[in-house]
Amino acid sequence: MSKRRRSFALESDALTLKGVARGDAGSLEGLYRDYFPMILNMVVQNNGTEEEAKDIFQEAVIVLYDNVKRSDFALTSQLKTYIYAVCRRLWLKQLGSKDRTFRDVAAYEDVIAVEEDLALHEEKDLQLTMMEQALDELGEPCRAIIHDFYIANMSMQEICDKFGYTNSDNAKTQKYKCLQRLKKLFFTAIK
Amino acid sequence: MMKNEQEFIKQADRYLNGEMDEMERISFEAYCRENVTAADQLATHRLFLQQLKEHADRVAFKKTLTAAAERYHTGDNEFTEQTTPLIVALWNKFKINSLVAASVAIVAVFSTLWLSGYYKTIEKTTTNYSALRRDMNDVKKNVNAQNAVIRNINNGKPRDDRSASNFGGTGFIISANGYVVTNYHVVSGADSVHLQNTKGEAFKAKVIYIDPTHDLAMLRINDTTFAPLKNAPYTFKEAPSELGEDVYTIGYPRDEVVYGQGYLSSRTGYAGDTTAYQISIPVNPGNSGGPVLDSKGNVIGIISGKQTGIDGASFAIKTEALLKSIAAVPADSLDSELIVNKKNMLGGLKRTEQVKKIQDYVYLVKVY
Repeated sequence: MSKRRRSFALESDALTLKGVARGDAGSLEGLYRDYFPMILNMVVQNNGTEEEAKDIFQEAVIVLYDNVKRSDFALTSQLKTYIYAVCRRLWLKQLGSKDRTFRDVAAYEDVIAVEEDLALHEEKDLQLTMMEQALDELGEPCRAIIHDFYIANMSMQEICDKFGYTNSDNAKTQKYKCLQRLKKLFFTAIK
Repeated sequence: MMKNEQEFIKQADRYLNGEMDEMERISFEAYCRENVTAADQLATHRLFLQQLKEHADRVAFKKTLTAAAERYHTGDNEFTEQTTPLIVALWNKFKINSLVAASVAIVAVFSTLWLSGYYKTIEKTTTNYSALRRDMNDVKKNVNAQNAVIRNINNGKPRDDRSASNFGGTGFIISANGYVVTNYHVVSGADSVHLQNTKGEAFKAKVIYIDPTHDLAMLRINDTTFAPLKNAPYTFKEAPSELGEDVYTIGYPRDEVVYGQGYLSSRTGYAGDTTAYQISIPVNPGNSGGPVLDSKGNVIGIISGKQTGIDGASFAIKTEALLKSIAAVPADSLDSELIVNKKNMLGGLKRTEQVKKIQDYVYLVKVY
């Protein structure tokens, strides 16, 4: 990121961000409690429904999550302002080219630039969608084997027992074949 | 040593997971350095696994987030219904009623007091100050109205009568090029202001500055027929004047200029106001804004009001306050320079001569 960000995080905001990065349920509920009404207000005031507000807010939290995991991420404003800016951008995009005027909810008007953060999120989203598709195509039991080995960090012996292979060498070969297939699916999709 | 791909991936997994011991790790790294294909393979594998991990993280995060959202969206309804104790619920239920009752009671009390004239009485008993602005032409207005009625009867058609001036006061020149001072209470709420001199000539004027705290207003004669005067004959005396000083005023309690004479009776004004004098001159509505001069022809104050119920207690704003107020007039609201006269031409003259010279500089202020 070329632009250097000035750290501006309040203590409570910093705590919340840590929680979000961990995927802590309490922090996420806190986000809803503190900021959802503001976003609901904004969306409803600008031709949206409550359901749409929920979707926008969820996506905004994921944007936050994607960015917070980046090592060089630092809030340039209050978390509230950041979330408002992201949601505003997302909602404007959803409103699309339809020529509708956007009315800012007063008092949150200082909108900060979040384009870079959103771009990062979109790129990631695209990659992850492809991974999702590749995993879907891979099918079971391959998907489960890959997950158990690489994500759940289970040993080959455990996997062997779980999937009922006669010996762990068979399991290893199976895992290798699954992985190769998944890689192929993923990389052909991305090209 | 050559490795097949499966074997390589297995080693790569162990390498990335940190399961290799020192020896193994060094030899694996060396192998990758020597073998370009192997290095590429390792890099791709690492990236791919990272991607895989991120995907898993994201899925898990989304799940937690959805659960949190669920709890929040369904939670806030339950919260208010189930966790409020009975007493609080009752209070919430009747809060509005009791607030309405309380505000009705308050409104009732104060409106009754107001209707019964309670506040007016208080005001009357607490302030005996009366600003000397003249309600003009009360009698004339009635006569005019009668005449109009008679005319209408004669002509058989209605005619709207022009509004006569509503209030009057006195003002005097502070700068010969057309700046006049009067009381703020004379011109407050004015639609238009006209100044009339002793010869009966009337000039349009506009209010260029007000100072409500000192009850002062600055006017500028704004009329093509107005020819700038010679410098005013009087000067302004800033230093406090002494008790018992012989003072006089010229003003327009009626349409004709009226002279009044008396003495300075106190260094403070109404209710101890240090920016004013108490003077003993019989003044009447319409005298407001008139100059108070001492025997040498120095303006020492401006008539502003009197105390009701006490004979001979009139009040004049001190020149000191006037000069402060003049200094505070923003320069950009002035068309031409405001020059306060410094040369006294009245010293040694007889009173009648003084008055003759001064009266051309004192105006009847008519407010419409």
